[in-house]
Amino acid sequence: MTTETLPKQDKADSAIGVHVKGYFERVKGGELGALPAVFGLVILCVVFSILRPAFLSAVNFANLFTQGAAVTVIAMGLIFVLLLGEIDLSAGFASGVCAAVLAVLLTLQGWPWYLAVLAAMVTGAVIGFVLGSLVAKLGIPSFVVTLAAFLAFQGVVLLLVKDGTNISIRDETILAIANKNIPPVIGWVGLIVGVVVYAALQLLQARRRTARGLVATPMAVIAARVVTLAVVAGAAVYVLNLERSRNAAIVSLKGVPIVVPLIVILLVVWTFVLRRTAYGRHIYAVGGNAEAARRAGINVDRIRISAFVICSFMASIGGIIAASRANSVDPNTGGSNVLLFAVGAAVIGGTSLFGGKGRALDAVLGGAVVAVIENGMGLMGYSAGVKYVVTGLVLLLAAGVDALSRKRAAATGRR
Amino acid sequence: MSQGPILELRGINKSFGPVQVLHDVAFSAYPGEVTALVGDNGAGKSTLVKCIGGIYPIDSGEYYFEGERVQVNGPRDAAALGVEIVYQDLALCDNLDIVQNMFLGRERRSGLVLDEDTMEEMAAKTLAGLSVRTVKSLRQQVSSLSGGQRQTVAIAKAVLWNSKVVILDEPTAALGVAQTAQVLELVRRLADKGLAVVLISHNMNDVFAVADRIAALYLGRMAAQVKASEVTHSQVVELITAGRSGELGLKNGNGAAS
Ligand SMILES: Nc1ncnc2c1ncn2[C@@H]1O[C@H](COP(=O)(O)OP(=O)(O)OP(=O)(O)O)[C@@H](O)[C@H]1O
Ligand SMILES: [Mg+2]
Repeated sequence: MTTETLPKQDKADSAIGVHVKGYFERVKGGELGALPAVFGLVILCVVFSILRPAFLSAVNFANLFTQGAAVTVIAMGLIFVLLLGEIDLSAGFASGVCAAVLAVLLTLQGWPWYLAVLAAMVTGAVIGFVLGSLVAKLGIPSFVVTLAAFLAFQGVVLLLVKDGTNISIRDETILAIANKNIPPVIGWVGLIVGVVVYAALQLLQARRRTARGLVATPMAVIAARVVTLAVVAGAAVYVLNLERSRNAAIVSLKGVPIVVPLIVILLVVWTFVLRRTAYGRHIYAVGGNAEAARRAGINVDRIRISAFVICSFMASIGGIIAASRANSVDPNTGGSNVLLFAVGAAVIGGTSLFGGKGRALDAVLGGAVVAVIENGMGLMGYSAGVKYVVTGLVLLLAAGVDALSRKRAAATGRR
Repeated sequence: MSQGPILELRGINKSFGPVQVLHDVAFSAYPGEVTALVGDNGAGKSTLVKCIGGIYPIDSGEYYFEGERVQVNGPRDAAALGVEIVYQDLALCDNLDIVQNMFLGRERRSGLVLDEDTMEEMAAKTLAGLSVRTVKSLRQQVSSLSGGQRQTVAIAKAVLWNSKVVILDEPTAALGVAQTAQVLELVRRLADKGLAVVLISHNMNDVFAVADRIAALYLGRMAAQVKASEVTHSQVVELITAGRSGELGLKNGNGAAS
């Protein structure tokens, strides 16, 4: 035993070097990962906070989360479809349809919130099933299927909310999702539990792998990851727990918005599904080489359909969040820029439009970039027109980076 | 070896729409031997292999495995028998790493979760067992591998499952001299381990270097299946190009069924 410990210690030291070198090699080879999004986010935040100090205020920080939540959630679902190299142009209006279903049942039919939410989610899943089946079984390109659905769903929303009026939402529970915060103490507890569990999982994995003689993530890298998570999330919780009310004596406004833990839970669940389950592996396989997946005995059609189901299901959650934030549903819920923002978020975060590459986290990173652009430019008093143009350009930029890194990967033999 | 064939096909017919690609084909593979499957471009070699692997359903014909008549309706059926195929177009996912590719579709799990460690160990053991030492890390993406390395991964994937029959469709077509030699060595080693190996190749040197038997397809018909030691280069070339060579081959070279 003792004779074996020494060389292993030695290995651990150089393992850090190997790990870091491997990372840089991958970046040079065109696998940029989260780099562009994090980089963009930092630059945007610095620029906006210099130009508009209000950008840095606790109120605005909280706003960012509620503002970006719906798009982020929709983007997270879209990633499943994008991973297959498909697209869902109807995700925005699918969220609108689900929100309209929610509003009609809740406000007009007087259903309890949980049944209305369930109905909205089922609506989303059914939409996804139909779209996915048309793509997988009939072989209609997803671009066409979802473009048709985009138009049709726009009409469905109009029909549901009866020509241009809007349906207000009065249910306290639904309104709380995007408008209420969790008590500061619970915010801290949640943060600590989250960081500890993350650290424990990483350590256990490393120990297990070392015990079996496999290459494990070096301790220093794990420590760096845990510290980064603790610092970033800790800072966020700290700021969100500051008093945001102008008149705290009358009404106190502090704590992490409820949408944040909601997004974190969705992020953890989908990350687990994509990275730790056979189903997730098969999604990547179908996106990377559908024929290889088929020959490996994977039911490619089922994977395709399920990805669309997840996408529209997540759109339904996005719709519920949007309805909560707006306190109402109108014919434009899920419309205008929602889809573009969601696709943009996924791509900016690092998900490839060519399929086979992407993570659930991309939606959060990209969603943050999109929210910061929208929010910051709003603070600077730019009109909606300018915001659209800029966001469109950013999406184009991200898609350009995606295409270029793919080219680069091909040139360095990584494809 | 005086054993019977482990895999035997009789009277296989296969059409794509109006085009009949395989006519009444018989084919056998023997344990511990390399059977070379040769034939001109478009002769139907890949199609035959895909029929064996369950990728294409056969129109008619009989499929025997270890003497038993079996039905193969999909890749999983073939895999369950112990028949593994390394396809001409490799069928690896570029965006997955070596381990992920080797276990694709047959991932090890503990409960709901993928058992990455066990998979990595098994992959390492398999590669070591094949004396493969050219890959740096098992966790590198397949897209970053050379042609020979990819071929190696594809072959290792095929033998990972204690398979009994391994079929390689032109494994050396895109390789340089050194890598070709490596792959052929690997092919021989598989047979020496007792597997039945089927090797498709256009290169007569490769064929005679490793094959125990040679099966020649001609325009979708099996012209002859002979021992490699009993034929010459030129006879095989004739079988490939004309469907017959002296006593060997189809009675009517132009293919009207015998
Ligand atoms: N999916 C398909 N649909 C229609 N025709 C096909 C299909 N696959 C193969 N064919 C035809 O079947 C014939 C045999 O093709 P196959 O790929 O089996 O030849 P091969 O012997 O493997 O040739 P090569 O040496 O070029 O690989 C060809 O004429 C080809 O055009
Ligand atoms: Mg072929």
